[in-house]
Amino acid sequence: MSLPPLVEPAAELTVDEVRRYSRHLIIPDVGMDGQKRLKNAKVLVVGAGGLGSPALLYLAAAGVGTLGIIDFDVVDESNLQRQIIHGQSDIDRPKAESARDSIRETNPNVEVVLHTERLDSGNAFEIFEPYDLIVDGTDNFATRYLVNDAAVLLGKPYVWGSIYRFDGQASVFWAEHGPCYRCLYPEPPPPGMVPSCAEGGVLGVLCASIGSIQVNEAIKLLAGFGEPLVGRLMIYDALEMSYRSVKVRKDPECPLCGKNPTITELIDYEAFCGTVSDEAQAAALGSTITPLELKEKIDRGDDFVLVDVREPNEYEIVRIPGSVLIPKGEFLNGEALSKLPQDRQVVLHCKSGGRSAEALAVLKGAGFADAVHVGGGVLGWIKQVDPSLPAY
Amino acid sequence: MAIEVRIPTILRNYTDGAKAVQSTGSTLGELFANLDSSHPGIGGRLVEDAKLRRFVNVYLNDEDVRFLGGLDTPVADGDTVTVLPAVAGGAPDAARV
Repeated sequence: MSLPPLVEPAAELTVDEVRRYSRHLIIPDVGMDGQKRLKNAKVLVVGAGGLGSPALLYLAAAGVGTLGIIDFDVVDESNLQRQIIHGQSDIDRPKAESARDSIRETNPNVEVVLHTERLDSGNAFEIFEPYDLIVDGTDNFATRYLVNDAAVLLGKPYVWGSIYRFDGQASVFWAEHGPCYRCLYPEPPPPGMVPSCAEGGVLGVLCASIGSIQVNEAIKLLAGFGEPLVGRLMIYDALEMSYRSVKVRKDPECPLCGKNPTITELIDYEAFCGTVSDEAQAAALGSTITPLELKEKIDRGDDFVLVDVREPNEYEIVRIPGSVLIPKGEFLNGEALSKLPQDRQVVLHCKSGGRSAEALAVLKGAGFADAVHVGGGVLGWIKQVDPSLPAY
Repeated sequence: MAIEVRIPTILRNYTDGAKAVQSTGSTLGELFANLDSSHPGIGGRLVEDAKLRRFVNVYLNDEDVRFLGGLDTPVADGDTVTVLPAVAGGAPDAARV
């Protein structure tokens, strides 16, 4: 299936532009016509992070005329392993501004539009409206469903990508011509069920592998050549070095783009996706201590066992002194319970408090009534108690 | 009958790290039940109340089994079953860790 170009061609290319884009212009499929279409194109990239970094740089280099960037975050040192649009001197700067500066250096012909507010149901239509196509580099389910729903309701195509450790996925969702993300995954996983990259990690260069697939698809759609990745899901395995694709069908029962849609406007995506499960929230209520309170307990010599529920490799990076490691998975499958003392208080912690709340719910359910968890986790400990430890 | 089941990264703790395991069955439901006997716990991550979990996609070769017959989909020797749960990628949002 090939699709007509999304964008009308610009009137002309300047002499400078012809020189700059000559390696495109001599490809028959692109040519002057395709390059003029790119010049007229307006692309919005959601997130100047792992996927957004290479995507923005390649879209800029390719000569996309207008690039919008949505990001409200600032550059952190731990971003630089993969977010190549930012550099050492950008640490603590807004990512949107840092990305704009790199784009200007790559291609000053590109007009960059910054959106530094947090994308939400109230502003998504207004932000998306002027753009021809959206590239989704988001990291969480709430924003991903928001981007999908806004794109479908506005009739715009979007190029989606996802990464985890050594695995990547990409597809093009365009309800007019194929399925949407809700056809692929009707519902998000319950909170705590599926780890994020912050918990599981990601190989830096995987961002480039998937981000460049996203740009490849964006360019094809804008200029109208090739076979778009509509109705197919590309699955990349960096360890095997294999690409496979599976079919993604339009779901006639899709609540958004199916025959009888029930979602006709944007919804509350935080509530739809949840952040921490109801059980974890209930368990943490009244059973959460601060890192400083943990320090006081240690200094007083209270009798308790401190359990770190993160993964072994995280434990190796940094740990709170005196903690023992029992990963969250062992709470979920019940193995942890036999390892814990019945006669001493149990204090749980993780990286920042989400996983330990999930494990706490299991403990409370098993009768460990006085168990508590540390709000803010080891990151909170580093911030409030021992800033000499490395944060990750 | 041996059918290859490809295991996603986040479920490999049930398979001692193996990316692909062999199992048997004449339907997908049987295949997953047998898989759970050899790798206890994995079944519950795929199936809930006798239905596939909605955030877990399963492909028989390159077709999504939701459009074939769900857990009743017949499977045969030489088929490849791929399990693909939704994952959050990109850069982490610290608020959600």
